Amino acid sequence: MALSTLWVLAEPSNGSFTTTSLELLTHARSLATDVVAITWGDGGQLGAVAGEYGASTLYDVGDLAGALPGVPVAAAIQALCESGAPDALLIPTSYDGRDVAGRLSARLDRPVLTNVTGISDEGGLVTEHPVFGGSLTVKAKFTGPGPGIVVVRAKSFVAEPSGAWPATVVAAPAGDTGATASAVIATSHVEERTGPKLEEATVVVSGGRGLGEAGAYAMIEEVAKLLNGAAGASRAIVDAGWVPYSHQVGQTGKTVKPLVYLACGISGATQHMVGMKGSKNIVAINKDADAPIFQIADLGIVGDVHKVLPALIDALKARS
Amino acid sequence: MNIVVCVKQIPDPAAPQSFDASNNLNRAGKLILDEADTYGVEMALQLVDKAGGGEVTVVSMGSGADVAGLRNALAMGATKAVIVSDESLRGSDALSTAKVLAAVIARQPFDLVLAATESSDGYTGTTPVQLAELLGLPSITFAKAVSIEGTTLKVSRQTEAGYDEVTAPLPALVTVTAGVVEPRYASFKGIMAAKSKPLEVLSVSDLGLDGQVGAVGAREAIVAVETAETRQAGEKYVDEGDGAQKVVAFLEAIKVL
Repeated sequence: MALSTLWVLAEPSNGSFTTTSLELLTHARSLATDVVAITWGDGGQLGAVAGEYGASTLYDVGDLAGALPGVPVAAAIQALCESGAPDALLIPTSYDGRDVAGRLSARLDRPVLTNVTGISDEGGLVTEHPVFGGSLTVKAKFTGPGPGIVVVRAKSFVAEPSGAWPATVVAAPAGDTGATASAVIATSHVEERTGPKLEEATVVVSGGRGLGEAGAYAMIEEVAKLLNGAAGASRAIVDAGWVPYSHQVGQTGKTVKPLVYLACGISGATQHMVGMKGSKNIVAINKDADAPIFQIADLGIVGDVHKVLPALIDALKARS
Repeated sequence: MNIVVCVKQIPDPAAPQSFDASNNLNRAGKLILDEADTYGVEMALQLVDKAGGGEVTVVSMGSGADVAGLRNALAMGATKAVIVSDESLRGSDALSTAKVLAAVIARQPFDLVLAATESSDGYTGTTPVQLAELLGLPSITFAKAVSIEGTTLKVSRQTEAGYDEVTAPLPALVTVTAGVVEPRYASFKGIMAAKSKPLEVLSVSDLGLDGQVGAVGAREAIVAVETAETRQAGEKYVDEGDGAQKVVAFLEAIKVL
């Protein structure tokens, strides 16, 4: 028996919904009779997109007047639940998505399942979670009355339009949220970015601790540029402050599934592997022949990144 | 300025992880302070210092008797520590954890609660925001810089495109990313001083939360644990000056070049 209703948090981004939101809408419509999307801000204009990806209704929390979305959006969803809760609410793993999930969980007194990479209907909703670097998969379910809250990682499903009619847009205001909603955005800063986005790039070139020092990351950026790819990083060098968090690939960073992933000076901690092991091809360059990264690499070069990368840059330049 | 820092004692992340018979993470070995929490402790110490005084209280929960991680935070300079330690907390989910921490934190006045964005063992990443909701506080997650001006909190919050400058009135809760500050190492003097600093151990009963938290309070269950599909290792070469050429040939073969 199919699930009756799934709600999906559809995050607005640059005139559409985020890719992960569209992935969740697509998967939700294969599981449930009715799919409902919830959005805010510019998302209220996107009834056609929500419908195209499978939502019958688009609830619009409206303009948040600069407030961080977590509190007002969770308050609006809680109010909607009072007139009929879904089987579950699917939320993208993102900065704001996690805020909404945490707030809603405490408001509804319902648990959250996070880091989900698969959802199926086995006489009830069953979630899949990779653990221990993806070597094991834990399957879990919600118990007790009330909706489940599921936070899903990017690229767990493929987004495909259904060609359906636009969704009906219905206003769903947050109501009074008191002191909890008093965190407001004063200014937004956009960091200059060249080349493709990390999550969407065909080629990802990542650097790790093996680079030795922050300045050596320039080689990663150069190889990425020459291959028209994006530059990524392991948690170790993000924590060390060499590159911004937005470059981080792994459990606590971004999930990437490029055509080819070049891991340079990355040993392959489980935390990193889970973010990139879905890549079509993996190339690893590392001094340590026993580094775990070689266990999943299609091509492994046991060597010093300070020798191999300059030679690779020269070879790629010679071709262009 | 009184700041509460939520910390977690976890199994050494460098050691292999496993499940116990109840599919809980095996915590039988020695527990250490999660490195992700050292940033919050350092941030708290710096903010209290800038404010001209106050207390840094570390709070934690666990199912065992370990306190070495808390002593580590005290050695860094925290004023005191409180841990809710109770066998009945085994199997707690994130919401139960938040309920326990909220009950502890609400016992005394505070200006700010700090936590890591997520722990390095469970990676759930929802406990701090659940805690903020239970305490009725505004929250700012993914902080890469934190300052306080009067009673206003200013945070640079990581976003997909860059960062936002976000403000909130105190009291509030902030989760900090790794690298927000450089955590200090505990000095010998600090380690010695930590031995005599207050470390309070509470039970679930002390907080009046019997039957509401731990495995009893969790409304989720593990259906199965399965071995995931593994990738096969491909070809491995020792670089003899031809490593770059091997990479180029591979990229040609998959038509990236």
